[in-house]
Amino acid sequence: MKPNRPKAILIVLLGALFLLLVYGILEMPTAGNRNNPAHREIAQRYLRRAEQDTNAPNVVNSIITDYRALDTLGEAAVLFTATAAVLTVLTALKTGRRR
Amino acid sequence: MDDIVVKTVSRVVIPFALVYGCYVVFHGHLSPGGGFPGGAILAAAVVLYTLVYGLKRASAKVTHRVSSRLESGTLLVYIVIGAVGIIAGRTFLTNLSAGFPAGRAGSVVSGGMIPLISVAIGLKVGSTLVTLFHAMIHDDSEAS
Repeated sequence: MKPNRPKAILIVLLGALFLLLVYGILEMPTAGNRNNPAHREIAQRYLRRAEQDTNAPNVVNSIITDYRALDTLGEAAVLFTATAAVLTVLTALKTGRRR
Repeated sequence: MDDIVVKTVSRVVIPFALVYGCYVVFHGHLSPGGGFPGGAILAAAVVLYTLVYGLKRASAKVTHRVSSRLESGTLLVYIVIGAVGIIAGRTFLTNLSAGFPAGRAGSVVSGGMIPLISVAIGLKVGSTLVTLFHAMIHDDSEAS
């Protein structure tokens, strides 16, 4: 019974996280609604104000590294995770072959 | 690959590719480009070097230690740049209002943290591609 306890705790924690995230989704505006801020004003606001907000002429880059910099941080973390996973698998394969 | 034509051509092309990659990274906020494509160009130059001159000489130039440290370190640099915003009393990854110098619009040193983040992303993407390529080719050459 004892080795299963960590797993049970993990399942409960993940279930709680799942419910929390679903609750977050319920708070979001409905997809495709044309009154959503994403469809109404954000694109035009970025195009209009990007140059004075960031002082950089390239609007695409000022979006991905200023307005949406947190997303880009996530992308960099994805790259890091990919490298970690691939190197782990390859090293495991290599040491397994030597044995 | 032991071919005189490929070796000579790549010896001419690789420096230009590296310079062009640096240009794309540093001018990310001024012209089309930025960290991701620039890093890919830098990595492509290193990958070309590896293909032409072999893994042994390439991993002497870009060792696994350097590329993997660069890979993890640039992510930390990114987070530290973001934390400057918190220290300045704004939100995470705030740009100009966190005190990054705005510079003169159109010059390389402008746009606050955008060039810094572009450089971090460029090194990150380049070192990721190089690390993965070297790891895979290393595994291949050992298996055969």
